[in-house]
Amino acid sequence: MTTRRTARPATTPSPPVKGRRTGFLTPPWWFVAPALLVYAAVVLYPSLSGVMYAFTDWSGIGGKSFNGLANFRALFHDERAVGALKNTLLLTVAIVVVQNGIGLLLALGVHARIRSRTVLRVIFFAPAVVSPVMVAFLWKYVYNPDPHAGLNGLLGAIGLGGLRQDWLGDPSLAVWSVAGMVVWQYAGYSMVIFLAGLEGVPADLHEAAMIDGAGRFQRFRYITWPLLAPALTINVMLSTIGGLKLFDQVYAATGGGPGYASETLSTVLYKQAFVYGKFGYSTAIALVLALFVAAVSLLQIAYLRGREVQA
Amino acid sequence: MTHLRYGVRTFLLELVMVAAGIAFLFPVYALITLSLKSGRQIASAPLSPPTSPTMANFSRAWSAAGLGSALLNSTMITVASLVCLIALGAFAAYFLARCASRLGFGLYVLFLLGIVLPFQLGMIPLFKLVDQLGLLGTYQGMIVFYTGIQLPFTIFLYTGFIRALPRDYANAALIDGATHLQAFTRVVFPLLRPITGTVLILNAVFIWNDFFTPLLYLGGSARETVPVRVFSFVGQYVSDYGLVFAGLVLAALPILVVFLLLQRYVIRGFASGLKG
Repeated sequence: MTTRRTARPATTPSPPVKGRRTGFLTPPWWFVAPALLVYAAVVLYPSLSGVMYAFTDWSGIGGKSFNGLANFRALFHDERAVGALKNTLLLTVAIVVVQNGIGLLLALGVHARIRSRTVLRVIFFAPAVVSPVMVAFLWKYVYNPDPHAGLNGLLGAIGLGGLRQDWLGDPSLAVWSVAGMVVWQYAGYSMVIFLAGLEGVPADLHEAAMIDGAGRFQRFRYITWPLLAPALTINVMLSTIGGLKLFDQVYAATGGGPGYASETLSTVLYKQAFVYGKFGYSTAIALVLALFVAAVSLLQIAYLRGREVQA
Repeated sequence: MTHLRYGVRTFLLELVMVAAGIAFLFPVYALITLSLKSGRQIASAPLSPPTSPTMANFSRAWSAAGLGSALLNSTMITVASLVCLIALGAFAAYFLARCASRLGFGLYVLFLLGIVLPFQLGMIPLFKLVDQLGLLGTYQGMIVFYTGIQLPFTIFLYTGFIRALPRDYANAALIDGATHLQAFTRVVFPLLRPITGTVLILNAVFIWNDFFTPLLYLGGSARETVPVRVFSFVGQYVSDYGLVFAGLVLAALPILVVFLLLQRYVIRGFASGLKG
């Protein structure tokens, strides 16, 4: 219909329809201008400057000079940054697997004809609308090292006192404890997306399979699971990006500690900029983060989209 | 469906799911019991139900955390950002969805880029810019920030919806002599209501709960939002669990109440709005 044609100014009065000329039906360019302006000022221009600063020794005050790849070389020799990179990847994998695994089980559970399904959906989803900082403070208490408080108190009360831990204070455990609180907050989010997928699985497919003698597991494996692929794509993408960018929960619950045991890329780049004033170095870390997010998103899209099928 | 009757299997599943729900609520149980206890009660029996519940923590927390002004700040910033996002996003998406030129497609891709780009990349240059413009510690700074940062996602949602919408309504209005502005605001925009609802819900939850940027732009100012205020409040009273938890309950309550009132729409918004 509308072929390449520059839009005309809005003041043009609508001309009468003549022949097949439909160009006047295309909205004028100024519809997009304000959005583009704000987007350019808030995202495009700062991000482009960020890419440039990543190759400088800028400290926020005074001049800056280009130092080539020095920031990136420093990054891979900076134990703290490498540790943060490792933690970020570990956290992301743990969150993606556990959050979506639990989310799927919850979705299958509340999709069945149980009476508590509506209430349970609301309960499981509710933490996802609360600020991650507040959830982190709540979990900081749950992870209290005191044997009578929080999770330790609960474990003691149900006879599992032997499992008590210093959840956030033990350097080898802190990252996993953070993953645990993230999973608690967002498993219901994954559930909701899987549920939308489950509701789209045609009932007659299941009936036909039942008539053919397929068992519960077989029906899940060969009908439900393939048709859940789009929901899985969304869930994996969302939790991956969330995991790679994780900041609030770590900053509020552990501050990156004990020591540097639970630093993530986001907490390290925040501290490098606003505690140590190393703006150039901080943006270099941000650039590494951006490249990770872009690469992982593209790979996931390519792989996960490939396995999506039509009902 | 698999089981139309409420049989033994369904009953067993119900038991398992209810047990999971109760286990899931343990942190919330701890939150509420502790907020109702005095310091001495917390020290002696932290997890048992409160024997003589006290509301003292709540009134102290409300004033100590300065939650009144924080709620006002969060509301102002969230509402104003949503208005800007919907106005700018819907207009832009309408153009992008209806413009068949290569320029239109290029712009659309440029906007989508913003969904994957972590905002940390532009964090420091933007901070400098906001500082130079004197917008640190102001509502305006935050509103412009949220509008810019959430536009890609908003435009993505609107464009997808508008593309599936028949052109005939707007075209009929244009042929009848309406301007594009009139055709859009009077005819097209009302048809976008379902997706506007989704846009509102998803952006509202994000903006209301955001922490990193308000910490940078508003920290220490009179314009701190709820998460930032809670962060400094908890830091200050960290060992007084009763007080801290009463503060958390009060701070989380507004969004939880809205969620419970609109739960069907919120859950649907989160489930449907993200379909790529």
